[in-house]
Parts: sequence; C-alpha cells; structure tokens
Amino acid sequence: MSVLLIAEHNNKEVKPFTFNAITAASQINDDLHVLVIGKNADTVAKSISEVPSVKKVIHVDDDIYENYIAENYTPVIVKYAENYSHIVSSANTFGKNLMPRIAALLDTSQVSDIIKVISEDTFLRPIYAGNAFATVKSSDKKKCVTIRPTSFDPAPTSGGSAEIVKGENTDSSQNTKFVKKEEIKSDRPELGTARIVISGGRGMQSGENFKLITAIADKLNAAIGASRAAVDAGYITNDHQVGQTGKVVVPDLYIAVGISGAIQHLAGMKESKVIVAINKDGEAPIFSVADYGLEADLFDALPKFLEELNKLNTIQK
Amino acid sequence: MKILVAVKRVIDYNVQIRVKEDGSGVVTDNVKMSTNPPDDNAVEEAVKIKESGKAKEIIVVSVGEEKAQETVRKALAVGADRGILVKASGTIEPLAVAKILQKVVEKEKPDLVFMGKQAIDDDCNQTGQMLAAILNWPQATFASKIDVKENVLEVTREVDEGLETIEVKIPSIVTCDLRLNEPRYASLPNIMKAKKKPLEQIDASELGIDIKPRIEQIKVEEPPKRKAGIKVASVEELVQKLKNEAKVI
Repeated sequence: MSVLLIAEHNNKEVKPFTFNAITAASQINDDLHVLVIGKNADTVAKSISEVPSVKKVIHVDDDIYENYIAENYTPVIVKYAENYSHIVSSANTFGKNLMPRIAALLDTSQVSDIIKVISEDTFLRPIYAGNAFATVKSSDKKKCVTIRPTSFDPAPTSGGSAEIVKGENTDSSQNTKFVKKEEIKSDRPELGTARIVISGGRGMQSGENFKLITAIADKLNAAIGASRAAVDAGYITNDHQVGQTGKVVVPDLYIAVGISGAIQHLAGMKESKVIVAINKDGEAPIFSVADYGLEADLFDALPKFLEELNKLNTIQK
Repeated sequence: MKILVAVKRVIDYNVQIRVKEDGSGVVTDNVKMSTNPPDDNAVEEAVKIKESGKAKEIIVVSVGEEKAQETVRKALAVGADRGILVKASGTIEPLAVAKILQKVVEKEKPDLVFMGKQAIDDDCNQTGQMLAAILNWPQATFASKIDVKENVLEVTREVDEGLETIEVKIPSIVTCDLRLNEPRYASLPNIMKAKKKPLEQIDASELGIDIKPRIEQIKVEEPPKRKAGIKVASVEELVQKLKNEAKVI
C-alpha cells in the first residue's frame, strides 16, 4: 500500500493546494510518493522533497509538460500507477480535469472531492452541493481519489529530505494543443487560501460598484469573491466565483454582500468560521447561515464599514 | 457533423434536499426533477452549432429510469433531432455511464459529444473525462466558449486561475460550464412536435458491460448545522462584534 499524489505547480512553484492534498494523502497511508510532471520543474521537485511526510519524489521532465494537458499527463501517471494502491490529487480544476481520465484507464470508480479520510478505502464526501454528506467505501483494487483541499490543513513545507528519482516521459498527444492562458494576476491573497474573503453578488448592480468591495478588501487584506449571478452578469471574472460549480472557501471570516444565498452559493462558503451577511432583504436565505447579519442597503453600509475599519487602531492581517 | 449530447435527470436545483432518516440516501419521492443544469447548456450549444449550419444532426442520450424519457423529450423540444434512453436502475456510477456512452458512441459515430461538466446530485465531475479516456479522444472540460473550426474545436475553459484556451481535434468530448450560453425555453408547439420525434429505448443489460457499482454508499447524513447567528443593528455594532467577540479583524 503506497499512495501516489500528483503535484500541481506552474513549473517554478508548487501550487498551495498540493500541500493540503499531501496531508490527506498521508492520512490514507504514510508511504506517500509524489509525482511531479513538468518542464524544467526541478525547483518544484526540490520543494516537495522537503515536505516531511513525503517519502519519495518522482520527477518526470519534458518540454511536452510545459502546459498542463490531461492527455499528456495521463499516460505517465497510468504507467507509474502500477506500483500504487491509491492515486490522489486535489479536487480543484486541475484534479477534476485530470483524475477521471486516469481512473477510467485504470478501470476504477473514482471517489471525488473527499472531505475526510475514514480509512484506506472509506471516505466522507459532500453530495447535493454539500446538503448531505455520504460515507462511501471503494471496492476497487486501485483507488483514485480527489481531495477537497480546504478540508485539510496544508502539510509543513520544510524539514524533510525525500529522495528525488528521475522518471521517464511518455509520448505527447497530437490531438490537444495548448493555445493560451489568461491568468488574472493580483497582489491580493488567493481566494482559496485567504484568511478573509469579501464577496459581492447581484446586489452590487455593476462591476464599477465592486470598488466598494475592493476598498474593504484592501483594508482587511482579503480576497474578493463573487456569487455566480455577479459573474454571469459580467461584474467580475470567473476566477472569483464561490459555490457548487466555483470555488470552495473556508476563511476565518466570510463577508457576503448583496448575495441572497442560493444553495449553490452556500455550498462554497458555509464552512467558513465566521460569516457576515449584508443584505437589504431581511428574508434572504444568506441570513440563515450568517453569524452576524446586517439588514441594510449595501451602498450605505459599505462606505460606513470602511469608515469604521479606518477608526480601528489595529487590524489583523 | 453529428453531435451526441448526454443529459441527466436530477433533483431540481431549487429543491431543498432532505436526507432520509434511515441514512440510506436523500428523499426523491414526490420531489421535482429536472435536467441537470449544465446539461441544458450542452444541449443549447449543440442546437446553436446546428443552427449555424456546422452540424447536421443532434442525438440526445440519457441513462437512467424510464422517467428519464422526460429529460430526453425536453432536449428534443429545444432542437435535438432524436433521442436514446438507456434504461438502468439504481446507482449508475460515472464510470458505468461512460462505458454505456462508449457503446452509444460506437453505434452512432458522432463527431462531438457534449455534456454538463458536473451533475448537481452526486457532484462527481467525472463522466466526460472518463468517456474521453476510454475512447482515447481529446477532452475539453469546463467549457465557457466553443469555436467550431476546420476539424478542430477551439475551447475556452474556466480554470481556477482564470481562462485557458485549448484546441482539440474532432472527434472530441466537451463538458460544458453554466456560462457557455443561455439555454432557451421550449415553445409549446415545439414541445408538441418533440412528442413525435424518435426516442429509442435500450436496456443497459443488453450492452454486455459491467455496470455494477464499485463504491458502496454506507451512510448519508445531514451536514453539521451552523449555530443560529444574530442580526446586528448597525455597521458600528458589526465591526465591534467582529473585533471583540469573533476576534477575526
């Protein structure tokens, strides 16, 4: 029984959720190996080798792995899968795209998006947008599992010195070509890992009005989120969407502004430690999950909120 | 060009889910059922491509109980040409659905297969990728824009960091995001016409594949409930509570 985790990275740095996935993977079995597939990704392999819970790093490097194309990654992973009982990755768009392709070729029924490891074959996972939790037991010999990163703490990133083994690449796919990536760069904390998230919904009425949210996010060093309605309306880009089909966040503080609280949105944020809702509709479902609800017009409340924050002597960062 | 669209019948997205007391699942009796929302986007996209003259035929397929006919008919009413229902009861895991769809693909020989990126009941997000794997076709998942070009599709994908564009050769699988398009409603005359469109029924057991579940659902339970919160009267009170009571700012 050994676990093979597929690392997510950008060829230079490890993506933070890989460390959360490492924690979950090592709970399945402590003989944890990590597969790093990339182009000139030596620094990535090195960083992962320093994670104390990682026993071995397999590094497969080739030009064809510069961009993350599932069709190119899959044959390598399937080849190495032979020696492992579990293949694991994070359940973000990286793992969601990749893992089922691997599972199907291994003829394994995948267990998606687990939030708890109960034993080597039994896991807890949310279904119906988190409105029910299912305990599931896999009977497949080889198990493919994706992990909801926000349900596990990130593993410590230093102190270890796992062996790094060079692996062999496989052929590249002629059928899929990377064209471009429009990555939205921001100096703010990442939405998935931020301590504070402030999100706007349809109630914001325009993209322009999101500057009210931005000002508070700056003050609190918060990430900016949005409901699907706000993204659909074009107020803000898709990478900000929180919810069943967007990102799942569990910050210490989640501030929902002008968001009614459809179950699809609640699915992405209701595990947050403290939830604040600001909405002028006192009956909005968002208030049912809020620790602190403020029934008010957001266009009055947000400037006042900023004013009050400015009065504080100290703000936790 | 021929497009196959896979649709799933699920509990309507507006229904408040209730967990059965015996822990065996969620209540589905007398609950409103609908098409899985992103599957509607998949149907809409196929219809748009046909309207642009780039596709000749749209076949819609569903796997499930007899009642999933309604889901197929709904797609026929917005522009699909004919339907297939693969009858199967109980839990059909995504891997099994992918194997069933593989058989349908082998018979119908579509150039493209569209479906929603994720079903809102089991939230698995697997079937499209699995079908692509077993057919050895390229996959374009989480699509928010599709351009049909000569022998290839250019697809914009919604990923965590923003947007990614890839080119996949036809034949290929696309899983659709909710932002791909705005699904149309069926008009009454089209609903009537859809009743006359062909709908073939196949029994999954005739396909010669193993579709038994590999995952045992041991227990379904309600998630832990949040403690009821309070309403604050003013912004001042809110900030004071966050600072001194919750201690989060």
